[in-house]
Amino acid sequence: MTNVNPLLIPLQNSIPSSPNSSCTSSPPESPISCSGGQSCFYTCETLANFSHFSKADSYQSAHHPASFRHEHSLLIPSCIESQPSSAANLTAGSKSRKKEDPDSRIVYINNPVRTNEKYEISGNRVCTSKYTVLSFLPRNLFEQFHRFAYIYFLLIVILNQVPALAVFGRTASLFPLMFVLVLTAIKDGYEDWGRHRSDREENMRTSLVLQEGHYKPKKWDQIQVGEMVKLLSNQIVPCDMVLLGSSDPSGVAYVETLNLDGESNLKSRYARQETADKHPESGPISGALICELPNRNIYEFTAYMDLNGVQLPVGPNNIILRGCEVKNTAWVVGVVAYAGRETKAMLNSSGAQSKRSRLEQYMNRETGWLIVFLIVICLVGGFGTALWVQTHLQWLPIIQFYKLTAGDDMFTGVVGEAITAFLSCIIIFQIMIPISLYISMEVVRLGQSYFMIRDMEMYHPASDTPFQCRALNINEDLGQVKYLFSDKTGTLTENKMEFHTASVDGIDYCDASVDPVAGNVEASNRLANLHQVEVGTEAWRPNVVAKLDPKLVRLLQSPLHTIGRKVAHEYMLVLAACNTIVPTRVKVSPTGQLEMQAANSDEDVGLLEYQGESPDEQALVSAAAAYGYSLVERTSSSIVLNVLGEIQRYQVLGIHEFDSIRKRMSVVVECPDRTIKLLVKGADTSVMDIVATTIAESPRSLKSAVNCDSLVEDKHHAEVVLRTLGHLDNYAREGLRTLVVASKELTQREVEEWRFHYAKASTALTDRVGMVRNTATLVENNLTLLGATGVEDKLQQGVPETIASLREAGIKVWILTGDKQETAISVGFSCSLLTRDMQQIVINENTRAGCQEAIINAKAMHGIMSTWKERRFSFGRHNNSLGGCSNHPLALIIDGNSLVHALSEELEQDLYELAIACRVVICCRVAPLQKAGIVSLVKRKSKEMTLAVGDGANDVSMIQMADVGVAISGQEGRQAVMASDFAFGQFRFLRQLLFVHGHWNYQRLGYMVLYNFYRNAVFVMVLFWFIFYTAFSPQTALTDCNLVFYSLLYTSIPTIVTGILDKDLSHRTLLNYPQLYGSGQREEAYNQTLFWATMLDMLWQSLVIFYVPFFIYNVSDIDLYSLGCLWVIAVVVLVNVNLAMDILHWNWVTHVAIWGSVIATFLGQIIMDSLSFSDDLLSHYWVVYHVAGDARSWLSLVLTVIIALAPRFCVKVVVQNIWPSDIQIAREAEIIGGRHDCRSEPSMELNEVALP
Amino acid sequence: MNGASTSETGVVTGSPVKKESRRPKYTKFTQQELPACKPLLTPGWVISIFLIVGIIFIPIGVVSLLASSKVVQIVYRYDQTCLPATARTTKDAQLSYIQNPGTDKNCPVTLTVPKQMKSPVYVYYELDHFYQNHRRYVKSVSSAQLQDNSSSSLSDCKPEDYVNGLPITPCGLIAWSLFNDTFNFSTVSNAPVHVNRNGIAWKSDVQKKFGSNVFPNNFPNNNLTNPSGIGGASLNSSLPLDQDEDLIVWMRTAALPNFRKLWGKIEQDFQPGDTINVGIVNQYNTYSFEGKKKLVLSTTSWLGGKNIFMGVAYLTIGVLCIVLALVFLLIHLRHPRPLGDPSYLSWNRKNSHGTDNLRS
Repeated sequence: MTNVNPLLIPLQNSIPSSPNSSCTSSPPESPISCSGGQSCFYTCETLANFSHFSKADSYQSAHHPASFRHEHSLLIPSCIESQPSSAANLTAGSKSRKKEDPDSRIVYINNPVRTNEKYEISGNRVCTSKYTVLSFLPRNLFEQFHRFAYIYFLLIVILNQVPALAVFGRTASLFPLMFVLVLTAIKDGYEDWGRHRSDREENMRTSLVLQEGHYKPKKWDQIQVGEMVKLLSNQIVPCDMVLLGSSDPSGVAYVETLNLDGESNLKSRYARQETADKHPESGPISGALICELPNRNIYEFTAYMDLNGVQLPVGPNNIILRGCEVKNTAWVVGVVAYAGRETKAMLNSSGAQSKRSRLEQYMNRETGWLIVFLIVICLVGGFGTALWVQTHLQWLPIIQFYKLTAGDDMFTGVVGEAITAFLSCIIIFQIMIPISLYISMEVVRLGQSYFMIRDMEMYHPASDTPFQCRALNINEDLGQVKYLFSDKTGTLTENKMEFHTASVDGIDYCDASVDPVAGNVEASNRLANLHQVEVGTEAWRPNVVAKLDPKLVRLLQSPLHTIGRKVAHEYMLVLAACNTIVPTRVKVSPTGQLEMQAANSDEDVGLLEYQGESPDEQALVSAAAAYGYSLVERTSSSIVLNVLGEIQRYQVLGIHEFDSIRKRMSVVVECPDRTIKLLVKGADTSVMDIVATTIAESPRSLKSAVNCDSLVEDKHHAEVVLRTLGHLDNYAREGLRTLVVASKELTQREVEEWRFHYAKASTALTDRVGMVRNTATLVENNLTLLGATGVEDKLQQGVPETIASLREAGIKVWILTGDKQETAISVGFSCSLLTRDMQQIVINENTRAGCQEAIINAKAMHGIMSTWKERRFSFGRHNNSLGGCSNHPLALIIDGNSLVHALSEELEQDLYELAIACRVVICCRVAPLQKAGIVSLVKRKSKEMTLAVGDGANDVSMIQMADVGVAISGQEGRQAVMASDFAFGQFRFLRQLLFVHGHWNYQRLGYMVLYNFYRNAVFVMVLFWFIFYTAFSPQTALTDCNLVFYSLLYTSIPTIVTGILDKDLSHRTLLNYPQLYGSGQREEAYNQTLFWATMLDMLWQSLVIFYVPFFIYNVSDIDLYSLGCLWVIAVVVLVNVNLAMDILHWNWVTHVAIWGSVIATFLGQIIMDSLSFSDDLLSHYWVVYHVAGDARSWLSLVLTVIIALAPRFCVKVVVQNIWPSDIQIAREAEIIGGRHDCRSEPSMELNEVALP
Repeated sequence: MNGASTSETGVVTGSPVKKESRRPKYTKFTQQELPACKPLLTPGWVISIFLIVGIIFIPIGVVSLLASSKVVQIVYRYDQTCLPATARTTKDAQLSYIQNPGTDKNCPVTLTVPKQMKSPVYVYYELDHFYQNHRRYVKSVSSAQLQDNSSSSLSDCKPEDYVNGLPITPCGLIAWSLFNDTFNFSTVSNAPVHVNRNGIAWKSDVQKKFGSNVFPNNFPNNNLTNPSGIGGASLNSSLPLDQDEDLIVWMRTAALPNFRKLWGKIEQDFQPGDTINVGIVNQYNTYSFEGKKKLVLSTTSWLGGKNIFMGVAYLTIGVLCIVLALVFLLIHLRHPRPLGDPSYLSWNRKNSHGTDNLRS
C-alpha cells in the first residue's frame, strides 16, 4: 500500500466513518452478484464512495444533512434489495442529485418515459438545418448582419434614408446591400435545403425498437433515450447506444466508423458480459445507466450501469455511436444513451475553425489607410461646402441655383450644411472601403480550393485520398511559409510497421530473413498447421506475412525447460496479448487476391485479420502470430490465444491502456494455470525505470545474497538489462521504433489491492483516466525484463527529395518527434535533413541549470557565427578569417526533457536564437504540448509563417498552433485531419501544395487585393475631383445605377476570374526552381511599398480620367449625365485594360471575363438609357446614344486610357527589363523555352536550363 | 495501384465492396492546363507598342488641331458691357440695376465676323460660375411631372413646389431659373437675321421627357415685378412643355459650372468683316455670384466647337511615345539582357558573388 494514490485515501477513510451506511459490514474484498467478467468485486462501500456520488459522501453529508438523506434513500435499496425494479427506487434521489451533480444523467433502460421526464433530453430527431420556411428570413438576416461588411452597408443605407443626405435614389442605395444579402441568402438557403433533405432522409429511417415486449420497426425521429434498439448487420446506428448484447456470445460487435472519423477498419465494441448474459434480444432488461452529459469527444465515454444493484463500468469500448455501421455481427442490442443532436456525431459536426491569413491582416492595415483617405476626402467635401456657403451666404436667396427661401427646412446653416455634405460624401464615396473585396476574396478562395482539391498531383491512389481543403481563409498563407514543423512517424515515414528484430532475454534475434511462405517450405507448412485454429467447425488461420528469425523459431519449438524458452514464451505472450488489437474473421471471398491465397491453403481455412488503431501493435501481433502465438479472440473479459497450436484462454482482469504520460500499456491476466500476470509493453525509458534491477534494489539483493539461485537470477537479469539496453541503442540507430517488453507475476496480496482500486477507478465518472493511471502504478513495478522489439517504419516515397527542395526554397524544416534521439537522428540522415558536414549541437539535459549552460555554450558558438555574419554583411565582399570555423552548418538536436526547461520564459529567447541559427533542428521525445510550444515560440519570435504537418492525435495541438496546419490523412485516426486546415495523403505533396498552389494563391490574391484597392479608389477619386466643380456639393455626374453597378457588375467578375485562374508560372517551372517560392516569403506580391505605389498610380489615373474629358468638354454644351456616362465608361475600360495588362495567362475564361465586362458596361448604359419608366431613368434617357454619336467621346476615351496607363506601363517595362525579378526570368525562360520546341517535353528544356 | 496495395497488405473485406474512387477526374480545366496565351513584354514588343501608339496618335492630333482651327467663333462677354457705367462699380449697384424692373435692360451690341462663317452658325449663351450641377439644383425637378403631369409628390422640387397651395408646373429650381436674356440679330442694314430656334433640344427629350399635354400652370411669371427680382423667364401657359425648346435645353443641366447652352441656329453664311447687330436684353441676374455671361456664335466641325486640347494632347502623347520607343531601344542596346537567362536568377547571382568572394 506504499504506492497508494493520494486521491484514493479520503475515499478509503470515509468508509468506516460513514455512520449511516448499512453496508459497512461487507468486507471490501467480497464480491457480490458475480455473473462472470471482470467486475465481480464491487461493494457497497465502493458504491457509497463512488466518485459519482462523492459530493454526497459522509464528509459532506455531515454538513448537508438534507442532501444526505436523499443519498441514503438512494443507496440503501440498491445495496440491499437486488430487485429488478431497483431503478425505480432511484426516484427519490434523482431530483436532488440532479441539483447536486449536474455532470451526469440517468438513463433507465427500457423505460424511456421515466428517462425523459426529468431531464431535458433531446429526442432522436436531427435537425441540422438552421432555418425553417418561417424563420429563414429573420434568422438569415440576423446572421448575415454579424459581419462588418453588412453593417457598413446598412449604415450607408440608413444614412441615405435621411432626406437631407439622400444622394442616391432610395431604391438605388439599397442595391449593394440587397445584392450581397440576396446572394448570401440564396447560398445559405440552398445549403439549408440540402440539409433539410438529408435530415428528412435520416429521420425517416427505421430501426427495430423494443415496443411492448417485441422489437418492431420505429422511425428514427421517434426513438427516445432509454429505449432498447436492435440493429442487424450492415444497419446504421441511429443514436449513441450502450451495447447490451450481440449475436456473439461474448458480446462483441464490430462497427465501421467511416462516417464518424473516416477510418474504414473495423472496430470492436463490447457488451458487458453481465448484460449480454441476460439475453436482451428476447426481452427487456431493467436497470439504469448513469452517464456523463453529452460531449463531443468521440474517443471518450464515461458511464456506469446499475444493474440490479451491481455497478458495471462502461467505457468507450461499450458504446456504438450514431453514424457507425454494424458489420460482421448478426445483431446487436443496445440502450439509447444519447439521441439526436446530443449524439457525439452531431456534436462534432461543426465547421472548421477560422484562421485569418497574413495577407488579410496586412490588407486590414491598408484598409485602415483607406478609411483615413475616405475621411479626408469627405472632410474636404464638408469644409469646401462650409467655405462656399459662408462666402455666398448673403446672396444665397437670390442665387438662381440655390434660392434659399425663408422657411427652407433643408438649409441648416453653414455648419449644418457642412455636416450634411460630409455625410453625403461618405455615402457617395463609400466604395473607397472595398467591402466587395471581402466577398470576392471568399469566392476566389473557394475557386482556389476547388483547384487544389481537384489537383491530381495531390491525390494519393494507394489510400484513395484526395486533397482536402478544410480551411477556406488561409489559401495564400501557403505561399509564404518560412518554417515547417514536421512530425516523423506517419508523416515522413509510411507508418506501415514491420516487425524487424527482437531482443529476447538479452539475445538479439535480428536475422529475420526467412519468409515463412517462400523460404523454408517445410517449416512454413508446419507453422501454418500450428496456427490453424478450430473454431466450431470452421478453421481459421492468421493472415500474416512476417519475416521470421529461424533461431527464435527453433527456440520456441524447443521443450519448455530449455534455457530462455520460458522468457521467450512470455515475450510472445506479451506481444500477442498486451494490445488492443481485434482479430476479425474474414471469409474467403470468391473474387480478388484472396482466392489465390485460399487456393494455396486448405480450402476450409478462413483468415484472421488483425485490426486496430495502432500500426505498431498490428505489427507486433502479426509477428507473434507468425511465431506461433496468434491472437484468436478478444472480448472485454478474456483473450483467446493459439499458443503453438494449443488454444489457451486468458481471463482479462484489467487493462491499463496506453497513455502519453505513462508511455506504456499493461494488462493483468489470469493465465490458464491460475497464476495472475502483469504484461507490460512500452517506451524504453518508461519501462526501464520500473524494471527490477539489482542495482536499484541493492539492500534486498544483499539480504538475499545467501540465496544462491536468486543471486544468479538477479545477476542474469542485470546482464539482460544491460544487453537489452545495448540492443535498443542499436535498433534506434538503425531507425527502428523500439518498445520494451516486460512482465511480472502478481502475488495474491498485490492482486487484491490492485483489484480494489482498479474497480473504483474504472467505474469513476470523473478523471477515470487519471485514476486508472494511478492504479497502474500499484502493480507496474519490479518488472522482469523480457526483451525489446524493433519495428521498422519505412520512409515515405519522395521524402528526401521533398525536404531537399523545401530547404532550397528557403523553408526551414524542423522535425518534432516523440521518437528516441537516435531514431530521430538516423531518420534525419536518411531523409537528407542532416548531412555529414553538419556540426551537431546535442542538448540532452535533465536540469534547468544544465540546460541553460548547454544552450549558452552552444550560443557562444552561435555568437561567433552571428558576428561573422554581421561582418560579412557590413564589409561586403571582404573575406573573413573568423568565418572559417563556423563554415559548417549547424544542427540542433534537443530532447523533450531539455525542452521542459528550455521552453521556460527565461530560456526561450536563448533557445530561439540558437535554433534559428541552426540549419536543422530536431526535437525528439517531445510531448504533444511541447510541439505546440516550439511552434508557438517560433511563431511569436520570428513573426514568420509557420506550417506544421503531422498525422496523429499527438500532432493536433501543433497543427492548431501553426499558422497553417497540414495533416497527412494516414493510418493514425482522423484527429489530425479534423484539426487541420489542409490534408492529403503523402508528405511529398507538400511540394505541389506550397510551391505550386501556395505560390499561385499568394500571387493571385496579393495582386487581387491591390487591384481591388486601386479599382475602387480610382473610381472614388474621379467622383471626388468632380465636387471641386459643383461648389463642393456632393453631387455626382454618374447615375445612381452606375454608382452601384460599378463595383458589383462592371468590374467584379474579371478580378475574381484573375484571382482564380491567373498563373505567373507553370507548375513545372515552380517545381524545378524551388527558390521561386522565396517571392512569397519576401512578401513580394503584396507589401506596403506596392500599396503606396498603387495608390500613387491610382491618383494619377483618376486625375487623367477626370481631366481629359474635362478639358475636352469644358465650356461646351455637354450635360451632366453625358459627361458622367463618358466617365463611367472611361473608368471601366481603364481598370479592365489595366488588369488585362497585368494578366499573365490568358485563357478563354479570362478573355470572356474581361472583354465581357467592358461589353456589359456598354450594354448596361444602353439598356438603362433606353428605359424611361421611372424618374431616375428619365433623367439620363438616351444619353449614351448622344455620347456615342460624338467623335470626341471616343477620342477622349482612347486618350484617357493611354495617358493613364503610360506611367504604369513604363515602370513595368523598365523594372522587367532592367531589374527583373526571379519570377520574370523564369517566366521568360518558360515561354521562350516553350516556343523553341513546342512539341517536345518542356520539362526537359527547363531541366537543362536549371543545370547551371 | 489499388490492386497492388491490396495484395501487398492482404487486406480484403469479406464482401466485395465497390467503392467509388475519389480520384479527381482529369480535365484541362481542373488541372489548370487550359490552352492559354502568355504575353511577354519583350523589348521588341515594347518598342513596337510605343511606335504603333506614336504612329497612330500623331496623325489624330494633327487632324484634331486642323479641325479645331477651322472652327470660327465669336465670343462676346456682355454682363459688364451691358451695364450702364453707374451700375458697374459695385456689386450692390449691379444688383439694384438688375433687380429694378424699371431700368432699361436693352443693350445693342455690334459683332464683327473675323473669318468666313459657314452655315449653320450656332448661337450659344455661355454662363460661368453657374452651378447647374449643384446638388440642391440638380434634384429640384420632377421628371414625372414634366412627362405627363403624373407626379404625386413634388417634394423634390422645393422650394419651387407649390404656390398658395397649388402645384407649380413645371416645378423645381431648374425650370424656375430659366435663362431669360434674349438676343435679336440683325445685319448692318438692319435686315433681320433669321435665327432658327427650333431643333435646338435633343429629340429624345422632346419626345419622351416633356409631355405634349403638359402646360405650365401656376408658374411664377413674376420675376420682373417681384421685389427680389431674380432672373427666370416666364412661360407661356398655352404652350405645351415639349414645344418650349429653350426650357428643354435649359433643363438638361450642364455638367460643369462654365457652360454653353444652344440658343438657336443661324442658317446663313457670314463673310469676313461682316458686322452683326445684336439686341441683347440683359435681365438675367448673374451678378449675385459674379457669373459671366457671354454670347457665342460659332461654326462647328466634326469635333464640335473650338478646342485645341484634344489635338495638343494627341500630338504630345504621340511624340512622347516615339521618344520612349527610342529610349527603350537605346536601353536595350546598351544593356541587352538575354531573356530567360538563368544566370540572372537571384540565387545564381548570389552564388557567383560567393565564388568571386572566395577567389579574391
